[in-house]
Amino acid sequence: MPLASTAAEGLKIVIVGGFGAGKTTMVRAVSEIRPLSTEETMTQAGLGVDDPSAVGGKTTTTVAFDFGRISLNEEMVLYLFGAPGQERFWFLWDRLFSGTLGAVVLVDTRRLADSWYAIDRLEHHRTPFIVARNNFPGTTHSLDDVRDALSLPADVPLVDCDARDRGSAKKVLIALVDHLYALSTAREAVSS
Amino acid sequence: MIRRELDNEEPDRLYTVTRGRSLADDPDLDLVTLIVAAAEPAAGMQSEHARILRASRLPIALVEIAADLDLPVGVVKILLSDLLRAGKITARHPSSSTRARSQLPDAAILRKVLVGLHKL
Repeated sequence: MPLASTAAEGLKIVIVGGFGAGKTTMVRAVSEIRPLSTEETMTQAGLGVDDPSAVGGKTTTTVAFDFGRISLNEEMVLYLFGAPGQERFWFLWDRLFSGTLGAVVLVDTRRLADSWYAIDRLEHHRTPFIVARNNFPGTTHSLDDVRDALSLPADVPLVDCDARDRGSAKKVLIALVDHLYALSTAREAVSS
Repeated sequence: MIRRELDNEEPDRLYTVTRGRSLADDPDLDLVTLIVAAAEPAAGMQSEHARILRASRLPIALVEIAADLDLPVGVVKILLSDLLRAGKITARHPSSSTRARSQLPDAAILRKVLVGLHKL
């Protein structure tokens, strides 16, 4: 499905999560196109020098990510990126996701530790974010438990979701943009 | 995350597509820069350039072109830079490209995003 001829403004939201947390599922739930996949390469000097395939002490690695899109109106198109939260990925954050509106950290409570690093990195990059707990069957923790376990500051929204469900995924995106809007208007009030 | 050596993945093809140029970043081209063809594919044109022109008859984001052509984002940026220089495509850049990293998006833009999301 092609974009409207009037499409002029691309926007980005990144959904960060560990393996199996439901990133692609969430993208699929709200995207107007079947999620697509692409990759970016990076060359790291000095790493992997013991690797026989490395040339001149450089290794080239590839990070794959999925994405979908939502046409918001005749001009604005929102791209949703599902991105892995692991350590190596963050080398590419600035190159790929600078200028992103914000991020959703999708949490699987069976693997909370996967999210600690992502939250730390988003804070480091000063990317505003919310946390969404994907309700896998058998989830017993309360959201307060999750907030404690993640040491999540009180001003970062934490919501429940079912990443498979379009309405639920839509609510997560709205919660993120509501949060961004609150941050943005608070800052404009200070600076004016 | 998939991590593998690029050497295992058709290095000759990538080298040929970019004519050996490195994957230097064009800072103006973002994943969500929308590309629109300004010319028809012509005989003798590099096949990737022709495919980009066919894919961008209506606006299409850089990242969608990368997925369509099954090429890494960095390679597609090089191909798009060629076409931009030749005047064969135009680029509609996101307004975020002029925003400093620590700056939040404009409240007016966020309001429009919210309206669009509520309509989903």
